[in-house]
Amino acid sequence: MERPAWAPRSIDISVPSVSRMYDYYLGGSHNFEVDREAARQAMEFMPGLPKVMQANRAFMRRAVRFAAGEGIDQFLDIGSGIPTFGNVHEIAQGARPGAHVVYVDHDPVAVAHSQAVLKDVENADVVAADLLKPQEILASAPVQQLIDLKRPVALLLVAILHFVEDADDPYSAVAELRDALAPGSMLVVTHAAFEGIPLPQEQAEGAVGVYKNIRNPLIMRTREEIARFFEGYDMVEPGLVPMPDWRPDTAPEDEDPYSFSGFGGVGRTA
Amino acid sequence: MTAEPDGPEDRLRRFATIWSRAVFPVTSTSLTRPEFEVQLLPLARRLSEALRARTFEAEAGQTVGAALVAAHCTDPEALSRALDCVDAYLVLYCGEGGHQETLRNRSARLQHAMAAGYARALRERTLTEQQAISQAALTARSAVAEALHDSEARFRAVFEGAAIGIGIADLDGNMLQANGALLRMFGGSEQTMRGRRVTEWTHAEDAPQVWRLYEELVRGEREHYHVEKAFYRPDGTALWTNLTVSLLRDADGEPQYQLALMEDTTERRLLNLRLRYEATHDALTGLPNRTLFFERLEKALAAGEGQRFGLCYLDLDGFKTINDSLGHAAGDRLLVEVADRLQSCATASGEMVARLGGDEFVALTTGPDTEREVEELAGRIMNALVTPISIDGRELTVRGSIGVVEGPSGVRGAADVLRSADITMYRAKSAGGNRFELADPEADARAITRHGLTTALPAALDRGEFFIEYQPLVHLGDGSVSGAEALVRWLHPQHGVLSPDRFIPLAEHTGLIVPLGRWVLEQSVRQARTWQQRYPGGGPLRVNVNLSPCQLTHPGLVQDTVDILEREGLDAQALCLEVTESALIGADDDLLKPLRRLAEMGVDIALDDFGTGYSNLANLRRLPVSILKLDRSFTQGMQQFPADPVDLKIVEGIVSLAHSLDLAVTVEGVETGAQAEQLRILGCDTAQGWYYARPGPPDRLHELALVDATG
Repeated sequence: MERPAWAPRSIDISVPSVSRMYDYYLGGSHNFEVDREAARQAMEFMPGLPKVMQANRAFMRRAVRFAAGEGIDQFLDIGSGIPTFGNVHEIAQGARPGAHVVYVDHDPVAVAHSQAVLKDVENADVVAADLLKPQEILASAPVQQLIDLKRPVALLLVAILHFVEDADDPYSAVAELRDALAPGSMLVVTHAAFEGIPLPQEQAEGAVGVYKNIRNPLIMRTREEIARFFEGYDMVEPGLVPMPDWRPDTAPEDEDPYSFSGFGGVGRTA
Repeated sequence: MTAEPDGPEDRLRRFATIWSRAVFPVTSTSLTRPEFEVQLLPLARRLSEALRARTFEAEAGQTVGAALVAAHCTDPEALSRALDCVDAYLVLYCGEGGHQETLRNRSARLQHAMAAGYARALRERTLTEQQAISQAALTARSAVAEALHDSEARFRAVFEGAAIGIGIADLDGNMLQANGALLRMFGGSEQTMRGRRVTEWTHAEDAPQVWRLYEELVRGEREHYHVEKAFYRPDGTALWTNLTVSLLRDADGEPQYQLALMEDTTERRLLNLRLRYEATHDALTGLPNRTLFFERLEKALAAGEGQRFGLCYLDLDGFKTINDSLGHAAGDRLLVEVADRLQSCATASGEMVARLGGDEFVALTTGPDTEREVEELAGRIMNALVTPISIDGRELTVRGSIGVVEGPSGVRGAADVLRSADITMYRAKSAGGNRFELADPEADARAITRHGLTTALPAALDRGEFFIEYQPLVHLGDGSVSGAEALVRWLHPQHGVLSPDRFIPLAEHTGLIVPLGRWVLEQSVRQARTWQQRYPGGGPLRVNVNLSPCQLTHPGLVQDTVDILEREGLDAQALCLEVTESALIGADDDLLKPLRRLAEMGVDIALDDFGTGYSNLANLRRLPVSILKLDRSFTQGMQQFPADPVDLKIVEGIVSLAHSLDLAVTVEGVETGAQAEQLRILGCDTAQGWYYARPGPPDRLHELALVDATG
């Protein structure tokens, strides 16, 4: 744990965690009843939520493989959550043996779990830090040890930006990270949106309300707003699209309708 | 691996495809369906083999069931669909050629085994994951707890090690915690501090707002306040602090505690008090000094309507003599004793005594009745000095002069009042001392004018505000003008023309007489030279110039006179220096030496105002004097007719005495013809006075001399 000891934050597992809810959607058991209760409430409004999560995972898998295929062997996954299966280091190191991966999360439980999972994994580590404090991330020991900022990095912001309110200015944080990375680096983003959800918006808003109630609001942004995160990047084909449409391995038509909720995309700096 | 169309391998693959299509929608895998199908193919092969094996192997089914869990098919629906698929298609695609009844039976048993294997694996996985996440939560918690502990340890170190006192109390005022510095300040133990109530800590010197601020804070209306506050230590002494109290709120903003930070300022306060005392008190006598006196006086003068003040300004008579004769140590002891006595004279409230410096003291009384009180106060002071003071076995009689000023507040300034008191005190001193005088505005005004003239003198000389008038000296024998006396005047910008008696004493006092005298001498000598040049045939016109006592003792007198005569080209015989009789009384040889030198050079020395002092007539012969100037008081009796016979006799005697000593006699103040005639008969040599001419500009003399020459 690298949290400044001066300002410790208490661990309250009686409060639902989005990381553990995510795990629950994906059929995992790395969660507690409060997490499951919240997830079930959200699923009452959007029964297909697990399919959205699954689409996220599948998109991330394709994107990491793409980046590895483009020669990138350093991955910085911010908002990594609870590693269940199909994690970045498995995909990346599968595609490029020896690839370096640093996970970042601000949930101390997720970080502790990641440390346990990564205990025997080479070239992968985890940092307890906040996306909104890029300098803390970049200055952390794992990043210093595993990531060479003079060479291209794939920065993964998968299913995290929609948990940052505009008031906290996520755009600046993303820009600050961009400026710290070498040319040729990639930004991998997925983001929730009302667009693509196969439900009336009022119903989807019920699910959004659940997140608001657990004091971890889900910020739905439009495609244009999401596109602004890629400022300073050239979009990789096919651009910012529903996740199943991004460089699919199989016909998108076969995918579950829920998996088209929100957007995913990859950008690259010149 | 190649597969013959509709051969056993091809059929196995088709079974796997059907299976994957059935299960994939309910899996959580991030693999694609074809990739997922690749994962299922070995499971399908295992089932196929088990279906056709000679004996039933439950393990095969269990393994396949467990493998589904490993492939992230954790949704029980995935098992249901898998079993449906096996039930419907395993025998169909993989049981070719076998006995259908037996195969169906075997398939059913395999499904039971799959279910059991799936359930066991899912339970294992669930338990493992639950264990993992619980462990992670625990780890995270202990890391945070450790950080919290570290941080708390740091805070505690700060709290305990802080040099300022820190105390925490609840909003009812119960002390909850106090740090070491606070305990040390109070000189108590933690036991005595805990359980105390903040509200008990009142102190007699609490400022009025202290407890109002406290109430506002505990009511949550104020976030903090800062005061200077005293506390009683257990031993009764005062602890002075700079106290800052802050309100501590909880996360929801509700007031919870009060936090006091206090700095011990006792020492600093004492030091300040001492410095203040030292700055406002006289080190020798311990009386308030000039600074404190002025503060009080200004306060008294600024007091409201109906308030008055009375001030006694005391200066000891002859203190310098005591100091000079008995030494400063004795002088100091005398001052201390005087201070003590004065102190006992002003004990009422509103009264104070201060030492302004040297042997100057002041006593102040304030209130509505000072008109009466101040004279009583002055009387008490005079009285207090009556008893002789015993120093080194000597009984010293101390006298003082007091200037008293009394008046209403709100009219005069402190400096003005003090000056008035000072002037009045000098008046008391001039009147002989050992008395008090009341201030008098007219006397003040005179003194103030005097003061103004004194300070204006030096600049006046620079600005050329002085000028000289000449009064002719006339030969009584033939009535001819023999010369003139130079008389200096000051054309003051405000006061107009001032006569010498208004400013010569001041110039004497300040020493300005020396340059002023030199200037007069220079002007007069130059004028005499001018007269001689104007009419060489009119006889030698001489000039008389007054020398003040101060000039007499000035070491440059002879040299200055010589220089001026030489520079202007005037014979020494044409100059007469007039010296008053009183200046030469008791003169020793040192004082007479410069006069002798001048006389030897040919300068006449006249003894001015002769007859007003008490001259030792026998002494006259050793003075380097050639002329006696008879004071006007002798000639006043001759103004009327017939003249006072006594005056006549005296003048006759003096003239006779003078002539026998070879001295010429000049008379002043001649105002009538009878007078002039009388004096001529008595044998006086020269005269001056209004009968001949008043003092005037040099050209007037010119005219007189011309008239005389032609007449």
